[in-house]
Amino acid sequence: MSSEKGVLSGSFFMQGDVACAEGAITAGCRFFAGYPITPATEIAQRMAARMPQIGGTYIQMEDELGSMNAVLGASWAGVKAMTATSGPGFSLMMENLGLGIMTETPCVLVNVQRGGPSTGLPTLVAQGDMMQARWGAHGPYEIIALAPSSPQELFDLTIRAFNLSERFRTPVLIMTDAEVGHMTERVVIPPPEEVTIVPRRKPRIPPGDGYQPYVADDDLVPPMAVAGEGYRIHVTGLTHDERGYPATSDDSAQWKLIQRLVNKIRLYKDEIIEVEELYLEDAEVVVVSYGIAARAAMWPIELAHREGIKVGMLRLITVWPFAEEKIRALAERARAFVVPEINWGQIALEVERCAAGRVPVYLVPHPGGDIHKPEQVLAAIRRAVA
Amino acid sequence: MSEPTLRTEAKAVEPEAAPQERHPMDDLLREERLPHIWCSGCGIGTALTCFISALLKSGLDLDKVVVVSGIGCTGRVAGYVRLDSFHTTHGRAIPFATGLKLANPELKVVVFSGDGDLVTIGGNHFIHAARRNIDMTVICVNNFNYGMTGGQAGATTPVGAVTTTTPYGNYEHPFNLPYLAAASGAVYVARWTVLHVRRLERAISEALAKRGFSFVEVVSPCPTNFGRRHKQRTGLDTLRYYHERGIIRHGADPRSVDIELGGDIIEGKFIDIEKPTFSDCCAGIVQKAIAQ
Repeated sequence: MSSEKGVLSGSFFMQGDVACAEGAITAGCRFFAGYPITPATEIAQRMAARMPQIGGTYIQMEDELGSMNAVLGASWAGVKAMTATSGPGFSLMMENLGLGIMTETPCVLVNVQRGGPSTGLPTLVAQGDMMQARWGAHGPYEIIALAPSSPQELFDLTIRAFNLSERFRTPVLIMTDAEVGHMTERVVIPPPEEVTIVPRRKPRIPPGDGYQPYVADDDLVPPMAVAGEGYRIHVTGLTHDERGYPATSDDSAQWKLIQRLVNKIRLYKDEIIEVEELYLEDAEVVVVSYGIAARAAMWPIELAHREGIKVGMLRLITVWPFAEEKIRALAERARAFVVPEINWGQIALEVERCAAGRVPVYLVPHPGGDIHKPEQVLAAIRRAVA
Repeated sequence: MSEPTLRTEAKAVEPEAAPQERHPMDDLLREERLPHIWCSGCGIGTALTCFISALLKSGLDLDKVVVVSGIGCTGRVAGYVRLDSFHTTHGRAIPFATGLKLANPELKVVVFSGDGDLVTIGGNHFIHAARRNIDMTVICVNNFNYGMTGGQAGATTPVGAVTTTTPYGNYEHPFNLPYLAAASGAVYVARWTVLHVRRLERAISEALAKRGFSFVEVVSPCPTNFGRRHKQRTGLDTLRYYHERGIIRHGADPRSVDIELGGDIIEGKFIDIEKPTFSDCCAGIVQKAIAQ
């Protein structure tokens, strides 16, 4: 089979959405369920063309509720699975994102963000779903969300998302946007043997020897048996004990389960959090941003340098869990934070929380529909040093 | 002082006793989870018995049989079967099962849930899985109301029925489930009440053996929330009604099998046809995909 029909490698001029699909394929994804929605449709289209070529399954579901569930089902059949959507579909996926978190189901959910609320701006960029990514499913939980700012990074982070989802047995979100998704740039796909793939953690005891689906290893992540392996597992969205059985009348079960679900991510956040730091050594102003907004902030930062302003950039590649310690440390030595994001203040709230009143935080809001103009970010940087 | 002596004797023989006789279905039930939550007179247990019975006779590799349920009283079935089993979200058992089946075609996937779950909140998934002819068996226990939440009306509630949300009688037109399934593309459609246990078991056997989307509606009493508001105070009263008004009519046109409050219940096998499944059709395009 030629590489064209298998897992790709080489250098390509590739759209972000397509790079995302290829990243998934490289990571071993062999199941995609989705529903057409701008600006994520190209991911589904690529998967529809590619899945049959590589022994995978593509299914266009009746809605995003179905898509998310089919992905969970596929993961419980032992196959790496992904779905991709945008705002309105993301809202519908929240219900079963919760099921994925509760049942500890590895899978990847891509949100190519567009303007909202509601139908909003279907074809145009926004970053308005960042808090929905954090808290959109009901109940207490931790989530992992990554924010790429180029097609290459969308490729790379899709692989990372699959690896994190298997490592931590949890759904992982890729929070990209219409600009990155629809941007076409050079994407280098390494040969498969150079790509690190995290395999699923399997039970170390055979069926019948007392395997319990939710007995966790020391790192709080339980090995995962799937359907058809003979373990006769029971999996429920209800609060459950280590056997996987509902335990709704025993309040200690809820305490135990939630603490583990939260801590399996929170205690290992250093393994998850990835940031890019630019000019931070002597920065008086720190621009904290992510995705396309971070990329658009690079030019105003250069302009500010020409004016002699010491400004640096902390780009959040992992948005959730939040890089709290990094922000707290910067709050000790910087004079201000500037947070450009294409929403009306979401990640800025987190920066404020971590700055804890020590230094001011200047939000550079944008309602969506376009990226910031350089002068908007530059004005905020100037004000921060005034 | 004979009583203590008797006790001692009884105690003394216990360890010597022969191994307790096991019920033939014990291996397929999670005994440690029993007793179940279902009310006295409820029909779900009977439906489950018929399913287990059909499964034991099916010759299927039970390690490959997966039961998927949604939410509600019948949704608890997944929790009682000693099989790979998934208790999912409300209405979403079918798309979850779709993912399982397509990702591992070796699995025998059974969706076992209630009417509110499968055809009210989950109606969209139901019709599309039938349309695609996904290879799965769907067993729907229809008790005409939302039992677990205290007897509210749903998409199957007959006109005139009094429920906690239709205090003056239901005025919405209900779904006729065999018609819905058949019109959507199911290859096997049957309906039985829980009174007709042997026929129900046989229908489930046939559905399990069928390739494609097979559907069995199980008409079932809910004395706690539905029956007692309709002069059927006990499950037995409802079974008597099934006995009096159940009419077996195999091959009946699904359009003609509406259930009216207190009216006839047409039962039987209505649809049994052959049609390529989703996976059959999908396999047909692989060569094309590789060639392009």
